[in-house]
Amino acid sequence: MKLIRILNRSIRDSFKSIFRNFSLSLASMSCTIITLILVSLAMLASYNVTSMTEKIEKDLTVVVFVDKNATYEDINIIKNQIKNIDNINEESIIYRSKEDIKNMMSDESEAFKNILSSYTEEENPLQSTFVLKVDDIRDIKETAVSLKNIDKVTLVKYGETMVDTMINVFDIVRKICLIIVVALIIVTAFLINNTIKITIFSRRNEINIMRLVGTSNTVIKLPFLFEGLLLGAMGSLIPILVTMFGYTYLYESMGGVVFSNLVELATPSSIIYSTSLLLLIIGSGVGMIGSLRAVRKYLKI
Amino acid sequence: MEFIEIKNCYKVYKNGVTALADGNLSIEKGEFVFIIGPTASGKSTLLKMLYREEKPNKGEVYVGGINVVKLRNSRVYKLRRKIGIVFQDFKLLPKLTVYENVAYPLETYGLKGSDIKKNVLKALERVGLKDKYRSYPHELSGGEQQRVCIARAIVNEPMLIVCDEPTGNLDPDTSKEIMDVLLNINTELKSTIVMATHDKEIVNRLKKRVISIKDGIIISDKKKGKYENEVDKNIES
Repeated sequence: MKLIRILNRSIRDSFKSIFRNFSLSLASMSCTIITLILVSLAMLASYNVTSMTEKIEKDLTVVVFVDKNATYEDINIIKNQIKNIDNINEESIIYRSKEDIKNMMSDESEAFKNILSSYTEEENPLQSTFVLKVDDIRDIKETAVSLKNIDKVTLVKYGETMVDTMINVFDIVRKICLIIVVALIIVTAFLINNTIKITIFSRRNEINIMRLVGTSNTVIKLPFLFEGLLLGAMGSLIPILVTMFGYTYLYESMGGVVFSNLVELATPSSIIYSTSLLLLIIGSGVGMIGSLRAVRKYLKI
Repeated sequence: MEFIEIKNCYKVYKNGVTALADGNLSIEKGEFVFIIGPTASGKSTLLKMLYREEKPNKGEVYVGGINVVKLRNSRVYKLRRKIGIVFQDFKLLPKLTVYENVAYPLETYGLKGSDIKKNVLKALERVGLKDKYRSYPHELSGGEQQRVCIARAIVNEPMLIVCDEPTGNLDPDTSKEIMDVLLNINTELKSTIVMATHDKEIVNRLKKRVISIKDGIIISDKKKGKYENEVDKNIES
């Protein structure tokens, strides 16, 4: 009962002091708003970069060329051997016989059709191929070597140099994004912490009086804890709205892509909720901890 | 053991000022004691040791059987709940009304709302401010603010009331009113009152126990004492 009464009063007092120290509350809130909007931007950007790179990685295919003279039995053996290699996405393996390829090319253009029609089945200069995808793009080099080592495989193509640089660039971009997000969160924590420190500094007299009339340290801390939590949560409200509506608007106005169809944006529903939740947690968490840290300073004798 | 017991206490501040040297003192329950002395003589330090705002470097302090020196930081509030403190500068919360200011300590102790109301009104009645419970501190005169401070100090009916120059900021007439309130509390609530002052007139009129202190040394301790010439000389010198 006593505990409930104390909690009740602490929450009431925290609301009261937010409104009675309105200008200071506004200061810490606007600081939270600005920094959290930055955090939100960085998080959205990093999400998008990650999803883009994942998409591109998924689309990357490896083409395995089989020796012209390979028989059907050979093809089957090769297929089984490919399946046995780690890092190969088994479902993605597609076999295209030279006939298939001939037909595909003929469909594509008249010129090809004319040229290819002059060859009989035996003379067909094309090679049968396996088209497949890998599970982890980082190990693609080793996988390509294993594929090449299979008997009667003449060539393995995956755009070697381009892919290698792409992997490196994506890795760097991803790391930079992560660093920016983490750095921004730390900056936010600092800024909010400092603003709250200033607001509490102006109330050290109040804290001192509480101590003198025999209020226990825990009970002194409680209203400040709730106040920090509330200010942080309220400060994260606007960034959350900006994230939800701003990103959805951006996505729709750009048609879900950047510049061309090559780079697709992540769909709003897939990221705005988790981002919003994170903003709320960061805002209220940092507010609460900052507030507690600032009060603790005045609770020592 | 007496109610308040100070044994061989030394207090030297970091800047080298000796606030108390070999202080020995015992005060009985229900006593009304003046502590007099010039500014910076160590009066306030002596009082602050009672409610553990300051710790002595050496020696022992007992209040109501509690060893104040050994009290842990996180337990200090338990001592303070048994002590009412009246300050020269009132230390009221400016954004709370008179009622809220007096109710404040009880609320943080987690008392029931109805009990709080009863106690607060009783305390305000005792200091004669019942009809001003809705005012804010800045709307009151100095004497009235001091009475609010006293009401806050007695709302928990403490065993000890420590007053640090409660009339220091007030004119003689208002001071007399405040002293009447304090005397009343001393007789009615049986609270021990320890009051630091340098108001000669009050001390001489009331004829209570007087402890005089100078440069951190207790120089005299007299029942029914006066603000004597001897002390005056010391103040002047």
